[in-house]
Amino acid sequence: MIPVELFAALQAGPLDAVLAPVYWLLALWSDLLFAVGDATGLGFLDYRFMHRAILVGLCIGVMAPLIGTFLVHRQLALIGDALAHTAFAGVAVGLFLNGVFSLGVSPYLTAVVVAVIAALLIELISEATDAYNDVSMAIVLSTGFALGTVLISLNAGGLAVGINQYLFGNLSTVSAENAAILLVLFAVIVGTVALTRNQLLYVTFDETAAAVSGISVTWYNRVMVMLTALVVVGAMQIMGVILVAAMLVVPVAGAAQVSRSFSESLLVSVVLAELAVLLGIGASYYGEATAGGVIVLVAVGIYVVAVGIGTVRARAGEDAAAELGSIDSREA
Amino acid sequence: MSALRNGESAESAESADTGVDDDATDDGRGSSDPLVELADVEFGYTATPVVEDISLRIDPGEYVAIVGPNGSGKSTLMKLILGLLRPGEGTARLFGEPSHAFDDGARIGYVAQHASASKEMPITVREVVKMGRFPHVGFGRLSAADHRIVDEALATVGMTDFADRRVTKLSGGQRQRAFIARALAGEADLLVLDEPTVGVDAESVDAFYDLLEALNEEGITILLIEHDLGAVTDHARRVVCLNREVYFDGPTDEFVESDALARAFGTAASVAGGSGGGRA
Repeated sequence: MIPVELFAALQAGPLDAVLAPVYWLLALWSDLLFAVGDATGLGFLDYRFMHRAILVGLCIGVMAPLIGTFLVHRQLALIGDALAHTAFAGVAVGLFLNGVFSLGVSPYLTAVVVAVIAALLIELISEATDAYNDVSMAIVLSTGFALGTVLISLNAGGLAVGINQYLFGNLSTVSAENAAILLVLFAVIVGTVALTRNQLLYVTFDETAAAVSGISVTWYNRVMVMLTALVVVGAMQIMGVILVAAMLVVPVAGAAQVSRSFSESLLVSVVLAELAVLLGIGASYYGEATAGGVIVLVAVGIYVVAVGIGTVRARAGEDAAAELGSIDSREA
Repeated sequence: MSALRNGESAESAESADTGVDDDATDDGRGSSDPLVELADVEFGYTATPVVEDISLRIDPGEYVAIVGPNGSGKSTLMKLILGLLRPGEGTARLFGEPSHAFDDGARIGYVAQHASASKEMPITVREVVKMGRFPHVGFGRLSAADHRIVDEALATVGMTDFADRRVTKLSGGQRQRAFIARALAGEADLLVLDEPTVGVDAESVDAFYDLLEALNEEGITILLIEHDLGAVTDHARRVVCLNREVYFDGPTDEFVESDALARAFGTAASVAGGSGGGRA
């Protein structure tokens, strides 16, 4: 068994030191939204928990479609779902450890660890079998969820109470600590994609040519699934385990309908996701509905509109007149 | 570009007297070290070998075509050469290094059969051609010079007007041109093309082979995997005829006069029920 001291140290000492500047940023953000609330008279800006929820939502709106774009175009949309369910097992591990050893470790931290391990496992299985297949993905998904429910039922009583917030997400339970964890995840994800965008794009578009051009496809696939695990855990707070994968897929599918270039599709998918997140959070506050569900419904609505626009544009046949030049060996 | 590279390596060869391996990694051209060297290579996905007993050497500046009927192991051989597969037996070397470990992608340009991009991914022709510069820039951004090379590659294949089109909306031939432009933008020493003209209209095919010839005259080594024997005998200087093992390896003139063709394709015809011989 892992020593209790390790968890105690993990929970108090280094983590708080690392997160201190993030807490400072959070306070700054809160002040800003109080000011916006005063100026506009928007009632829900009077609550600190809403400030955190909006910040988390904005981050989700960037990182989910960012990673989702690479996944969807590799026909890996399902992997987000599988990892979300293993992240649930991670949450259960965290709750279990807290219950048994009376620790205060954030279940989102244990979820990060478990989801990343599961991501690598899926990747290793696919490397060994030479294909990402539905079956292994479905097995990982159900194993994760089963493990989660078993661990939770073992500790039933005190534990079962808090489960809904992880399954369906919750705006009001985004604590300062969880928001800080998300901001760190956000920085890691966006930073990694910014650094390796060339390689990720090449591997996504044409794996063989990428391999020939000296890019280690295996390595970047591993990076990709690990980033997916981080996004899923980050987005889980608001979206919940069951709906989190939708944010990886729906805005990206909408953007693909109306975009011509890859960079445009990245940008459009982020805009669509932010739109869904902000409208969804607002609507769920006033309508007193679960934010995750409302956000996904708004996203799907936007997707339908995008399909409509895409279809109309295709009918209009916008690019009619371009002339194919001749292949010119003198310019070679 | 190529002149510059030759100049650089001439200097390094003077300063360092470390022998054969250095030459091979610094500069393939002009030295006698082979770009590609296979020795007694055998490979099979299952117990039955797809290719066996293959020994092949390609020197800088050559224009080599690998021909063979469907299912003769051409594409497998190409993957072995590129290091995408590791030989079950024998050794494969690329620019003097074991092929599977070779990672200087800037030296190889690759055009796949049928442009593997059948996905519905939103991406423009220019974005695809830019990928040719990725091995040169690594984690960095493309410089103005890189963008100029991309523009030139687009112009060379006559796709300037299509630069901002979505690749998935192009015809097969247009798409293939985009992939050829990507290989050109890489400014590689070795161009490897796997049936590059499938789906390209007849007129462009001729222009395309003229382009390959011009590139070869500049000193770029060309390795062509081809099903269309007419194109091969008109353009390539050396032919490797393959059907699981090498039936012929030599100058194109001798290949035309030999009976290797009949032997290689005849065997396949009996195996594949003659379906592969149509265009041959």
